[in-house]
Amino acid sequence: MPLLLGRLGRTESLSGWALVSPAAVLIGIFGLLPVVMSLVLSFQHSDLLTPETPWVGLDNYRKLAEDPVFVEAIKHTIIYTALFVPGTMLVGLFVASAMNRSVRFISVYRTTAYITMAVSTISQGIIFLWLTDRDYGLVNAALNSVGVPSQPFLASPSQALYVIVAMTIWGWTGFSVIVYLAALQGVPAELHEAAAIDGATAFTRFRTITVPLLGPANLFLVVWLTINALQLFDEVYATTRGGPLRSTTVIVYYLWDRAFVQFDAGYAAAMAYALFVVILLITAVQFRIARKHAHIS
Amino acid sequence: MTKPQLSTLTAEPEVPELSELPAPTERRSRLRLPFSPWHLVLIPLSFLLVVPLLWMLVTSLETEGEANRFPPVLIPENPRFENYSEAWAAAPFGHFFLNSLMVTLVVLVSNLIVCSLAGYAFARIRFLGRGALFVTLMATLMVPFQVTMIPVFLIVKWFGDNVADGLGIDHIGALMLPNLATAFGIFFLRQFFQTVPVELEEAARVDGTSRLGVLVKIVLPLSLPALSTLAALTVLTSWNDFLWPLIVITSHDQMTVPLGLSYFQGAHRVKWPLLMAANVMSLLPMLLVFIGAQRYFVQSVANTGLKG
Repeated sequence: MPLLLGRLGRTESLSGWALVSPAAVLIGIFGLLPVVMSLVLSFQHSDLLTPETPWVGLDNYRKLAEDPVFVEAIKHTIIYTALFVPGTMLVGLFVASAMNRSVRFISVYRTTAYITMAVSTISQGIIFLWLTDRDYGLVNAALNSVGVPSQPFLASPSQALYVIVAMTIWGWTGFSVIVYLAALQGVPAELHEAAAIDGATAFTRFRTITVPLLGPANLFLVVWLTINALQLFDEVYATTRGGPLRSTTVIVYYLWDRAFVQFDAGYAAAMAYALFVVILLITAVQFRIARKHAHIS
Repeated sequence: MTKPQLSTLTAEPEVPELSELPAPTERRSRLRLPFSPWHLVLIPLSFLLVVPLLWMLVTSLETEGEANRFPPVLIPENPRFENYSEAWAAAPFGHFFLNSLMVTLVVLVSNLIVCSLAGYAFARIRFLGRGALFVTLMATLMVPFQVTMIPVFLIVKWFGDNVADGLGIDHIGALMLPNLATAFGIFFLRQFFQTVPVELEEAARVDGTSRLGVLVKIVLPLSLPALSTLAALTVLTSWNDFLWPLIVITSHDQMTVPLGLSYFQGAHRVKWPLLMAANVMSLLPMLLVFIGAQRYFVQSVANTGLKG
């Protein structure tokens, strides 16, 4: 399209702005303005109700560094993320590999994996509370049947976080399976045939052909799952409310609690900004690592 | 694991691909066995994946006595359907569904319109400040919701106090207002619009059709797959959203389904059959929509994944 100048250029600008203005206004008010307001808020004291919000300088950030609950919440979030991200990817890759064939009813099989995506986080939480119930849970019945004694699971400070990991891996199976299936179907069959003729075993072919070609899917999942893991909230709210003994208090749960239960919005805003910076840094590092290994894909 | 894979491969005859451009998803599937050994892996795997949902369904039909037995009763003696009517009567589920439906519909329609307009402008029109505006809007994709939620709460409160009650705190309007347009929707549609052959539009432009006319008459009808994909994603996120409704809604008659379910859970903590009946009801609409439009839900994930 030739660059239009003069009168026509001006009408182009007008029609362009006319078309983007609804989106620009909406995202401006609810996406951009809050980023600035949040930063301002993090240097103030606010209880969300009274209009006076006195400046407190860096106090909120200083408090953050010394807050034992926040430090604990970071620890729980890191443990959760470190288990959830690889766990979801392994389960996703395993299920997708098993479902990457053209057998009868394959679409039914795939639906059983995809469907987990449609289950709301609250429903998921309620189901897993019941499945892992200390006294009447199905999981404990299964454990008993192979000779393992009943476990307290979500009622135990030392187990609850891991139960939430397992539960959210289940909830994200659909998502990761879709991503891996799309990637696996992009692996050219010719490569496998050629390698098979050269005598490569199925496992060798998987390791040397399939896995390297999954590079972009792996990168996407690592980044996306990490971002979501750092923002874990719903599943904790639905099951343990941060307990028992704060053992599942993750960053966003603590942030929500501070802002909307204890009405300490300035402090919560500082916490949100800290989280924001951490997410940006981690994403940047992941992309950098991926670029280093980009020659594979 | 290796064994069944080998046998499937040997069972598949090598078909020389003479046809033009075989689709990458296409698989050679001429098995000579009556059924593939893969079913022996896939059936238990699928079963394991749906056990949580099946167990919810089973429990929803049990009596409280049956639910509180160990080892658990796997098949209820007399399915107790009254759990459903009792759950329905114990909380304003009608309100929950209606609220979720209204919020989702408004957010969906608004997103499709607003993001189409903006996406088209960014794809096709060279207007002053296009690049800068696009980058600015896309930057919001990097900001986690937790950073904006406190100010958005204050902004929505302001709208409720100064513009209209229905947009403010504790009204479903507050669930719609901040979600009427998303940067992702704009990005997604812009990418798609760029693949629509520009010649089609130029012919209409020469005939004097306006930009809006071209978008509505030519581009959008060609973009139905992309619009459906965006619609699927929007419906899923909007319907299942929890944190934002939790923050702004406290009245029962303004609650959406996930929030209402969470409230119900708090009120009936250990009445598992009742709770599971409520859970089944709350999941049903989304599960049906999901299965009915599965293709678009799958695409909404696969598309974003391949872009990343």
